[in-house]
Amino acid sequence: MTLYFLRRALGAVAVVLVLSAVVYVTFYVAPGDPARLACGPRCNTEQIRQVREQLSLDDPLLTQYWHFLQGIFVGQDYSTGTSVLHCDAPCFGLSYQNNQQVTDMLVERLPATASLAVGAMAVWLSVGIGTGLMSALRRGGVTERVLTWLTLAGTATPVFISGLLMLMVFCAYLEWLPFPTYVPLTEDPEQWAWNMLLPWVALGLLESAKYARLTRSSTLETLAEDHIRTFRAYGVPERSLVVRHALRGALAPVIALTAADFGSIFGGAVLTEKMFGLPGIGQLLVDATQKIDLPVVVAVVVITGAAVVIANIVADVLYAVADRRVALR
Amino acid sequence: MTAGTASLVSVTDLSIAFPTGEGVVRAVDGLSFTLAPGGALGIVGESGSGKSTAAYALLGLHKGTGAAVSGSVTVAGHDVLAAGDAELRALRGGVAAMVFQDPLSSLDPYQAIGDQIAEVYRVHRKDASRRAARERATEVLDRVGIPDAARRARSRPHEFSGGMRQRALIAMALACEPRLLVADEPTTALDVTVQAQILDLLRDLRAETGMGLILVTHDLGVAAGTVDELLVMKDGRAVEHAPVRTVLDAPRETYTRDLLAAVPRVNVRRTTGVKRPSAEGPGGGVLLEADGLTRTFGSGRKAVTAVEDVSLTLRAGETVGVVGESGSGKTTLGRMLVRLLEPTGGALRYQGRDIGGLKDRELRAFRSELQMVFQDPVSSLNPRRSVGESIADPLRAAGRLGDAEIVARVRELLERVGLDPGAYHRYPHEFSGGQRQRVGIARALAPEPKLIVCDEPVSALDVTTQAQVVRLLGELQRDLGLALVFIAHDLAVVRQVSDRLVVMRNGRIVEEGDADSVYERPGHPYTQGLLAAVPLLEKAEAAA
Repeated sequence: MTLYFLRRALGAVAVVLVLSAVVYVTFYVAPGDPARLACGPRCNTEQIRQVREQLSLDDPLLTQYWHFLQGIFVGQDYSTGTSVLHCDAPCFGLSYQNNQQVTDMLVERLPATASLAVGAMAVWLSVGIGTGLMSALRRGGVTERVLTWLTLAGTATPVFISGLLMLMVFCAYLEWLPFPTYVPLTEDPEQWAWNMLLPWVALGLLESAKYARLTRSSTLETLAEDHIRTFRAYGVPERSLVVRHALRGALAPVIALTAADFGSIFGGAVLTEKMFGLPGIGQLLVDATQKIDLPVVVAVVVITGAAVVIANIVADVLYAVADRRVALR
Repeated sequence: MTAGTASLVSVTDLSIAFPTGEGVVRAVDGLSFTLAPGGALGIVGESGSGKSTAAYALLGLHKGTGAAVSGSVTVAGHDVLAAGDAELRALRGGVAAMVFQDPLSSLDPYQAIGDQIAEVYRVHRKDASRRAARERATEVLDRVGIPDAARRARSRPHEFSGGMRQRALIAMALACEPRLLVADEPTTALDVTVQAQILDLLRDLRAETGMGLILVTHDLGVAAGTVDELLVMKDGRAVEHAPVRTVLDAPRETYTRDLLAAVPRVNVRRTTGVKRPSAEGPGGGVLLEADGLTRTFGSGRKAVTAVEDVSLTLRAGETVGVVGESGSGKTTLGRMLVRLLEPTGGALRYQGRDIGGLKDRELRAFRSELQMVFQDPVSSLNPRRSVGESIADPLRAAGRLGDAEIVARVRELLERVGLDPGAYHRYPHEFSGGQRQRVGIARALAPEPKLIVCDEPVSALDVTTQAQVVRLLGELQRDLGLALVFIAHDLAVVRQVSDRLVVMRNGRIVEEGDADSVYERPGHPYTQGLLAAVPLLEKAEAAA
């Protein structure tokens, strides 16, 4: 088990390294001149030359990438011409827009995104698995048809419509909830939860449709398996069949999908963040992309990739805990 | 046959119909039988005869499935068809317990075997503590012969061998001391020696507990030594119902006689095909020669040697039977002989040339001469292509014929294997199992091979279909002078086709020789054990 974990961790590091290399090369080599971008539109040739030097853009690509990695693992020094700016590990460089450390910007944005991801996951898992199980058990009935329609509608409604509707109904019309503003968890847990409620529900419901359908089909598949027939033939009540025997097998694909979705919220939940004014990583990415702020873009992509990879490792371990036939090798 | 109130099971005019897209399929049609307490009834028939469907009705398992069940079924005083959910649950496992065919898929893969048995026990003994249930699980596991039962009760099903899993399922059935055991093909997935052990166990348990047994099987040999009465089913109806010896020795009905005639006999000399002189002079006519053939999978500490140091000579026009239990390496050997697998050691000479280490490109010239027929005709044919296209594939790959010639040749092949040449454009699902296997044979014949390796070609088929396919292979061999390698776990089938026999165990050949002499005078103790485990129809042998 420990060996397996180490192996997977090493593999994960390798994946993230490859990802970082690809992103680095794509963004720094392909379009435009990073020095011109970093310096700004009003720079003259001489200033651009200085920036090139500061950013070591004349070094071979491999050396540049090496420095980039060095920054992440041991930190890096930047000379701004007059003074030296030290950037502690993990350092993703300095933003082109305001010379702020990218790492600081990420750390600032991470709590909002993480709050959104965890809460939305709780919503989509409970709603998705719940409705999925219900429609699997009531297959052919009215309940199932209604649930199928609801989940379909859920999948088909983009978050900027459902979110807007929720804001209108719950905040403007009924005034049950405040218009969301992000309150950090560390500051006021209660306010944090109340303000996050709508974003959680909006994103969670959107995703839960997918989970409901997946749970339904994999539960039905498991219920059709021979070992379920065995226990049915031994008088085990239907509810125990589902809870004790079918659920475990049915949840395997749900775990796998959750890992991928959870990871991709880091950087991918732009619409939800924008809709509810959450200062999250997704917004940061959009802003950075618009302004071609390369260090920020690269950092966000690498972080998102790392989140997906880590979530998948957790999923694999859960998988193996649920099904002991999966050999952790 | 005790009738009326005293009987344990009483089935009267039972009909079961399934609604399908193309109307209603009547799986069981007016079936009636009774079973006295402690009696043993075998329900035999070919696939689709409705025998399993009828057995399921004894536990009310059709309830809620959409099947239309009529007639009456009484098990130990319970009116099964009228029973409510609670009564049915109490009946299932408590009064009548079922043992299923595939012991791996029939157990929950996620839970310890002991826990699964304990769960069933607590369903029926509501007042039993967890501890008592666990103890009962260990007790029954011990009874069915699981060594070190207390410890093994904590194992998951995948940690058990096939035979142990079937024992565990029987233990589950015993847990609540039912009065009736319904066993649906309990030994079909097992090797012949394990099958013999399970059948012995069933006999012992019956004698010990006095429970009734209903054994559903397609294998008359299995039923012969285990039950008192036989019920032969065909198309959902009872064809014949009489004491087992009467049915086997003096069958009344034509269908029963045909069925019995189709059963391959391990103790009868080969009757199909033409026996050839196996040698045309030393070295003469040698087609394929394996010399110390070895195949290892994996590497390092995890390496598994599936076939080790196997030497074998195949002559043109002869049939070599390869028998062995699962895991003996017979399929790996077969695949190496046609070079679907590369040997990791030894030499493979085809007409004198070593083809054991050839690359794919160099092998192409030999591909058409070495062909294979696979076990499962369903999964070895592409369901999305017409059978004609599938048969044409090797011809197209060879690239010698034009389109029109290929179609003509495929039609000829279809006719050759006994199918309608017009079937070219039909798809695999439109054919029965036996017909599909004929398609598989036609595909193997297409490139005019000199050798065909048949890997369990008939083990998925009914006995009558099995006999037809075996006869077809014999004819083809006689007409085309093919060399055949016939791999099977069923020793009786192999005897009916083979000139020579190879017995494999743990990747090695333990015995090899002229088929009749190996069957009649097995030299190796392992071969003797295998042959002794084959269930026989005849009274004399069954008693011996």
